[in-house]
Amino acid sequence: MTPSDRRKLFGTLIGLAICIWALWPTFQFYALSPAQRREVLQARPASATNDVERERLTKMAKLRDGAIKLGLDLQGGMYLLLEVDKSKLGPAEAKNAVDQAMQIIRNRIDQFGVAEPTIQKQGDNRILVQLPGLLDQGRAKELIGQTALLEFKIVKTDDEAHALFNRIDGYFARKMGGAAADSSGPDSLRHPFTGRFLTVAQGSESFALSSEVAAIDSMLTVLRADSTFTMDAAIAWDSHETELQGRSGRNLYVLDKEPQMRGTEVASAQMRLDLDQERPGSPGVAFNLTSKGGAVFADITSRNVQRRLAIVLDNRVQSAPNIRERIPGGHGSITGSFTEEEAQNLSIVLRSGALPAPVNIVEERSVGASLGQDSIEKGVRAGAVGTLLVVIFMVVYYRLSGLVAVTALLLNIIGLLAAMAGFHATLTLPGIAGIVLTIGMAVDANVLIFERIREELRNKRTVLNAIDMGYSRAWRTILDAHVTTLLSAVALMSFGTGPIRGFAITLSIGLIINMITAVFVSKMIFDAWSLRRKVSTISI
Amino acid sequence: MLEILHGVNVDWMGKRHIAYWISGICVLISIVSLIMHGGPRYGVDFTGGTLVELQVTPPIPVDNVRRAVDQAGFTGSEIQSLNIPGQYLVRIGLTEIHHVDPAPRVREAVAVTNPGSTVEIRKVETVGPRVGSELRGSALKAIFLALGLILVYVAFRYDWRYSLGAVVALFHDVFIALGAVSLTNKEVTLTIVAALLTIAGFSINDTIVVFDRIRERKQTLRREHPAKVMNIAVNETLSRTIITSFTVFLTVLALYLLGGEVLHDFSFTLLVGIVFGTYSSVYVASGLALDTQLYLEGEGLRRKKAPAPTRTAKTRG
Repeated sequence: MTPSDRRKLFGTLIGLAICIWALWPTFQFYALSPAQRREVLQARPASATNDVERERLTKMAKLRDGAIKLGLDLQGGMYLLLEVDKSKLGPAEAKNAVDQAMQIIRNRIDQFGVAEPTIQKQGDNRILVQLPGLLDQGRAKELIGQTALLEFKIVKTDDEAHALFNRIDGYFARKMGGAAADSSGPDSLRHPFTGRFLTVAQGSESFALSSEVAAIDSMLTVLRADSTFTMDAAIAWDSHETELQGRSGRNLYVLDKEPQMRGTEVASAQMRLDLDQERPGSPGVAFNLTSKGGAVFADITSRNVQRRLAIVLDNRVQSAPNIRERIPGGHGSITGSFTEEEAQNLSIVLRSGALPAPVNIVEERSVGASLGQDSIEKGVRAGAVGTLLVVIFMVVYYRLSGLVAVTALLLNIIGLLAAMAGFHATLTLPGIAGIVLTIGMAVDANVLIFERIREELRNKRTVLNAIDMGYSRAWRTILDAHVTTLLSAVALMSFGTGPIRGFAITLSIGLIINMITAVFVSKMIFDAWSLRRKVSTISI
Repeated sequence: MLEILHGVNVDWMGKRHIAYWISGICVLISIVSLIMHGGPRYGVDFTGGTLVELQVTPPIPVDNVRRAVDQAGFTGSEIQSLNIPGQYLVRIGLTEIHHVDPAPRVREAVAVTNPGSTVEIRKVETVGPRVGSELRGSALKAIFLALGLILVYVAFRYDWRYSLGAVVALFHDVFIALGAVSLTNKEVTLTIVAALLTIAGFSINDTIVVFDRIRERKQTLRREHPAKVMNIAVNETLSRTIITSFTVFLTVLALYLLGGEVLHDFSFTLLVGIVFGTYSSVYVASGLALDTQLYLEGEGLRRKKAPAPTRTAKTRG
């Protein structure tokens, strides 16, 4: 071995050592049992109560961060793209809305308890949420999407409600063609709006059958959009259906336009089962107000004795109790037809605050744990079989030289995985496909070189000469071929979406590492082999 | 030494017109299939909508699933039974979704109407209308970016006359792969677009190896007819072309057969692309490069008022 060969070998071994060091946490992590793995994933050193515990959790967190992560498509989980609806915000509010919404969603998810959630801002008004390994996806979506705008509003008197309803009837009657002026017309023409209710403003409530709710909603939408109509009150449905004369429907409330107080003054909230005296055991949420909120609440209640105070959540009236007397303590409760989970969600969203604007889910991709498990098993098996086929072919076709190519190939795979661990890249199923494709293409460089060497041998060159010529002449072609494939991978990366990016990333890294292993390392092996003896034949 | 393709001496260029016919017919079939299907059949990624994959144990007839989905209010959805018994795909169009979350509803409806079966959601993909059109836009952008980058690189590294052949071959491969997707009535999803772009990279890769050899041989065989030079280059690189395509084909075949449903269409598209990419680097790319070259030389000679050379390729073999 010449000194330069020794340096090359040394460099390669150091490179290999670095790769193995980078992959070590991955080995350790996937050698654990599923239960241990879950524990590692959820380890939070900050939550430790003593030093021993903290040290243990820190170790776990380190292991977790060092190991190659599996994408949502492999471990199951949910990918949500949320869009913040800024249409109803002023310019000043709109500016910070997305950041605020992100913070609030982060708080909610933290309380929900998901290992390693990802919450990122995307563009001007979108938030990307990734929840790996999540089981209850419906509940998580509800939790994230709920605006949770809690307002306390005074219910208008029946007289005030009637005045508003008359104006609404007049508005629609005029729209439908003047029949309203003629008081002898049929009821549906004189009362196009209130005609849809069974009772109108009786004891603050107006009851409509379930079948009418959508029609009434669309009329209200028309009213709100028309600037010529002055809407001097807020109109909100009850959050749950009730029955009147044995028929099911919903109550509509006419409320003050401006709330007396908002949910920002809620200091704490808990799900409780003992809040509703009429229905013991039914879930509800008890909340405590801040001291400032408590004072405001006392003031409101003292000024509005004998009126009803509506607790409105996301524009639905949760309950509208009668104020009997001034309430000083700053405690309150929300009851309604909640399931236990819904009440639990509500207490979380009340604690973490309301979103500054509604958020809509514009893209969702969720994968159940069973499909993820299937995918990883099949992906890995396909990769193993593919690799094995290529290895067999190379060794049969090129014999010892094929073995050199296979060594380079294995180094390539190790290098690729190590790079992924080092860059904290995520392994997705398309990523596995990218690795498998890389394996197929990786031998290309060696095939080019070997075919060239064979040609040179046929041209009666000596073995050493042929090897040198093979490498130097094939190099240019290898470079061109890799660059063009890389270019299309780069274009794919610009795609942006998770799984496709995973494919492009593994393919690109694989191609780059391949240039090193297939050319440099395999040449080194040949050199080392040929210099030690006087070679006159080569197994190729 | 095990050799499969040494010393082949085929007059590839002489037969290139046959290949043009074959390519023409394949492209035509792709076009016809695309027209008959009313364009590519876009998946929810691009059209927007919801895709739900269900696992029902024990399996139930697919009609039961259809009835349950209708009852849940998603009439007009598409139901497909997957290869594994008990697995169904439910595709719900955008218009069917009215501010409700379809996946849990579908699951519940199937569970209620088929008591005794457990229903599990394996996968949900929901794409809103705006995101769908954005993904369409970014897919197009990625495709043009890839083609543009490759074109610039090839033009920079080689004679521009070659890049024409290379780019036509590239479009040819990608288009036929798209045609195969359409012909087998598969959906064009994000992953299929990824496969098409990979084919673009693979196609150009093969072409470049052949072109490199043509360039090298042109310098040593200056006196020979271009067609002969190309034949020699193609023959010399043939074993490499076949072997590399073969190893890639092997690994992708493993993905196709063993990789599971998610990778099925992806690897199918790649398989088609690999076969045509290999064929086109020999025929379409080199053949067109030859014809461009012959045409331009003919033009040049005509301008010099010299007789045009014979167009037929004289080659050994």
